[in-house]
Amino acid sequence: MLKYYLQLALLSLRQHRVLTALMVLTLAVGIGASMTTLTVMRVLSGDPVPSRQGQLFHPEVDPWPMDRYVAGQTQPPPNLSYADAMGLMHASRATQQVTLTTSRAKLLPHANGEHPFFADTVMTTHGFFGTFDTPFEYGGGWSQAQDDSRERVMVIADALNRKLFGGTNSVGKSLRVAGHDYRIVGVLAPWDPQPRFYDLTLRGRGYGAGDMLYMPLEAALDDGLHSSTMNCYDSGDFSKPRVAPCMWLTLWVRLTSSAQQRDYRAMLHSYVKQQIAMGRLHRPDARLMSMRQWLDDRQAVPDDVRVQTGMALGFLLICIVNTIGLLLAKCLRRSREIGTRRALGASRAAIFAQFMVESAIVGLSGGVLGLVLAEIGLWGVRHQPVSYASLAHLDPLMFAFTFVVAVSAALLAGLLPAWRACVVAPAPQLKAG
Amino acid sequence: MDIGPILSTLRRHKITAMLLIVEMALTCAIVCNAVFLISQRLERMHIPSGVAEHQLVMVQVANIGIQPDAKARTQADLDALRRIPGVKQATLASQVPFTNSSSNTSIRLTPTQKLATVNATQYMGEDLIDTLGAQLIAGRRFRADEYLDYDAVVHNLDLVRNHTPSVIITKALAERLWPGESGLGKQFYFAGVGVRVVGVVKALIRPSLSLGDAAAHWSMVFPMRMSSDNANRYLLRTDPKDRDRVMAAAGKVLRQLDPNRIVLAKKTLDQLRADFFRNDRAMTATLLGVIVALLTVTALGIIGLASFWVAQRRRTIGVRRALGATRAHILRYFQTENFLLASIGIALGMVLAWGINLFLMQHYELPHLPWTYLPIGALALWLIGQLAVLGPALRASRVPPVVATRSV
Repeated sequence: MLKYYLQLALLSLRQHRVLTALMVLTLAVGIGASMTTLTVMRVLSGDPVPSRQGQLFHPEVDPWPMDRYVAGQTQPPPNLSYADAMGLMHASRATQQVTLTTSRAKLLPHANGEHPFFADTVMTTHGFFGTFDTPFEYGGGWSQAQDDSRERVMVIADALNRKLFGGTNSVGKSLRVAGHDYRIVGVLAPWDPQPRFYDLTLRGRGYGAGDMLYMPLEAALDDGLHSSTMNCYDSGDFSKPRVAPCMWLTLWVRLTSSAQQRDYRAMLHSYVKQQIAMGRLHRPDARLMSMRQWLDDRQAVPDDVRVQTGMALGFLLICIVNTIGLLLAKCLRRSREIGTRRALGASRAAIFAQFMVESAIVGLSGGVLGLVLAEIGLWGVRHQPVSYASLAHLDPLMFAFTFVVAVSAALLAGLLPAWRACVVAPAPQLKAG
Repeated sequence: MDIGPILSTLRRHKITAMLLIVEMALTCAIVCNAVFLISQRLERMHIPSGVAEHQLVMVQVANIGIQPDAKARTQADLDALRRIPGVKQATLASQVPFTNSSSNTSIRLTPTQKLATVNATQYMGEDLIDTLGAQLIAGRRFRADEYLDYDAVVHNLDLVRNHTPSVIITKALAERLWPGESGLGKQFYFAGVGVRVVGVVKALIRPSLSLGDAAAHWSMVFPMRMSSDNANRYLLRTDPKDRDRVMAAAGKVLRQLDPNRIVLAKKTLDQLRADFFRNDRAMTATLLGVIVALLTVTALGIIGLASFWVAQRRRTIGVRRALGATRAHILRYFQTENFLLASIGIALGMVLAWGINLFLMQHYELPHLPWTYLPIGALALWLIGQLAVLGPALRASRVPPVVATRSV
C-alpha cells in the first residue's frame, strides 16, 4: 500500500514541479536558518567543564561600603579582593578550590633566538588543574608546598608547547617570564573550555582562544605581573595588589554533594559575619552560584545570538505556514481525484495516509536540503568576525535533532491538508464535473 | 470596485485565506522589528566621536616594568615621532577612542555627597585636545604651567589635593551635571579631589560604550603628562593621505629607539572605529538577510496560492468574462482580493510587532518601537503582495470567455 501511495505522491509532485520545488525550498530555508542559529546557541550555552557538571560553584562576597546598599537589590560583585579570596580559601581547606586571575606575560623563549612575545596568562593556585579537571599531555600541576614556597614553576598550554618545543616533552625546561626563569612542570593537552567561564569577569572574553601560561599566583605577583582587571572599592595603595582594596581574583570551588554545598554556604555566610564583626566587610550579602547560574548571570551567550535565534524560529514558523497553505491549495485542487478514489472504495484513512506520504516526501527533501543550508549557514558564521566563530559546527546530536525537526515540521504542515482531503464528500465532486 | 463578491469567495476558502493572513501578519511583525533593530545599529555605528577621525593614527607599544628614565624616554619618543614628515601633532595618551580600554571614575557634585552623580571617563595626555582635534566651544585650553606628571601625582596626591586642578569636560557631561548651564567655572569632586571646569569641548567619545549609548559622551580631560610607565598609546595627527606612511614610519622609529619594545598595534582611527563596530555591522547584515528572505518566502507563498486560486476559478472567470466583465475587471478583482488579505494581515501584524517589541524591551536594552516603523512594514507587505499577485492575476485576466461554454 505504501508503495502505491509513494507512486501517487511522486506523480502528483512531478505534475507540479515548480510548486513542489517552492515548498521544498521554503521549508529548507526555514530549517536551515533555524538550525544554524540553534547550533550556535547550543555551542555557546554548553557546559565548559562537562566532567565537573553540577559540581563547580562560584562564591561571591560584597566588599563595598554600606552607603548605596539596598538590601535585596544590590548584588555582590563577581570578583574578590586578595584578602577575601585567601580568607575563603583558608576557611574551607577541605574542598577542591582555586583562585585565579588573568594577565599578560612577556615571554622570552630560551631555546632559540626568537623575539620576546606576549602570552595570555593565568595566575592561579595549585588547585586549578584538579578543580577544572584539566588533561595533561606531559607532567602535571604544582603542589601546595610549591605554591607556599613561591617556587618558580609553570604549566604551559599545548599550543605554546608546539610553538616553542615542537610538541616534544618540555617538562624540566624553563622559560623566561618577567625577567625570571620559570621551570615547566606540566604541559596541558588541548583544553579549551567554552564559554571561557573563568575569564568572563577578568578580561571579559566569552569565547575564543585560550590561555598559554599557568603560573603560581604568589610567585608571579612577586615578580611584578599585573592582573588584567582591578576594580577598587576604597581609596588606598593600588600598587600593592595583595593589600589594595581592589577586586581582581575569582574563586571557584568544587562541591560534589548537596550536603557539601550546604556546608559551604554556611561557611560563606559565617565568614562574612566574622569579617563584618572585624570591620573589614560591611554588607551582609554573599552568594554561591552554580556554573549555570554564573553563565546566565554574566550573560555568556551574546544578546545578538538570542535575537538571531528568535528571528530564525519566527522565520521557520512562517515557512511552515507557507508550506501548509501551498499543500492545502494543492490538495483542494485535487478534490475530483479524491472524490473518484473515494467513490471507488478508498477509505478516509487511505486518503489521509496518501496525503501524509506526500507531505512526508516534501518534509524529508526539505530536511535534507535544510541540512545542507545549515552547513552553509554555519560556514558563514565561521567567517564572521565574532569571537565564537570557530565553534560553529554541527554535531551528530544536533544533526539528528535537525532531521527530526524537519520531518515533524513537514508532517505538521501536511496534517491539515490531509485532513481536509479525507473529509471531502465524494458525490458533489463527481457531479461537479 | 465592489468587494462583496470577493468576501463571499474568501468565505468559501476560509482556511487558505487565514493561512495567508497569518503568514503576512508574522512577516509584517518580524520585518517591522528587524528594520527597527537595523536602525538602532546604524545609529550606534554612526555615533559622532568629536575627534578628527580621518587624521589620527594610533601606535600602541608594550612597556614592561618600571623604567628609571621613563620620562626622558617618552620625551625622546615624542621628539622622534614629531620629526616624521607629515606629523602635525603627537602625544602619549592615557586612552584612545574606540579601543574599549578606559579609566573611569565616579563624580560627585559636593565632597560629602554619598551617591555619585555620574560615572565619567578620564582622558590624559599633553595637548591631547588639540591632537585629537576635539572642538573647544567654551572656556580655554590648559596652560603649559598647569600640566603635572601623572606619576608624580599618583605618588603624592597632595600635589592636586591642596589646590583645585583644572579640567575640561564635554558639553554632554556639563549638561548632565548642571542642566541648562555651561558648566564653566564649576567645581566637582572625585576620589576626594576637587577640580574646576575651565573649558568645554563639543564632544569626545569614551573609549568604551559598555555603560550604554546615553553615557557615550561623558568624558573629562585632565592636564596630565603621561610617560611610558603608565601609558602606551601614541597618537599622531596628520593629513588623511599621509596616514599609512606616517603609521609605518612611526612603528619603525619607535622600534629603533628601543629594539626590545613590542609594537602591539598600528591603526588609524578609522580602522579602530570599524573594528569597534564590527559586531554591529555583522548583525545588520544578518538582519537585512532575514528581511529579504522573509519577503521572498512570503511573495512565493502568495504567488503559489494565487496561481491555484486562478486555476481553480477558471470557469467562474470565463463565466464572468462571458457576462461582460473586462480583462481589467478580472485583474482588479485579484488585486483587490490580495489587498484585502494583506490589509487584514498587516493589521494583525502591527499588534504582533508591538508585542514582539515589548518582549524584546523586557529582555534586551531596546527602546519602544516608534510608530513610524509600522507603516514601513505595512508598505513592504502591500507592495510585495501586489507584485506577487500581479502574475497570477494577469494570467486570470487572459482567461477567454469561451471557457464558460466548455463542459470541463
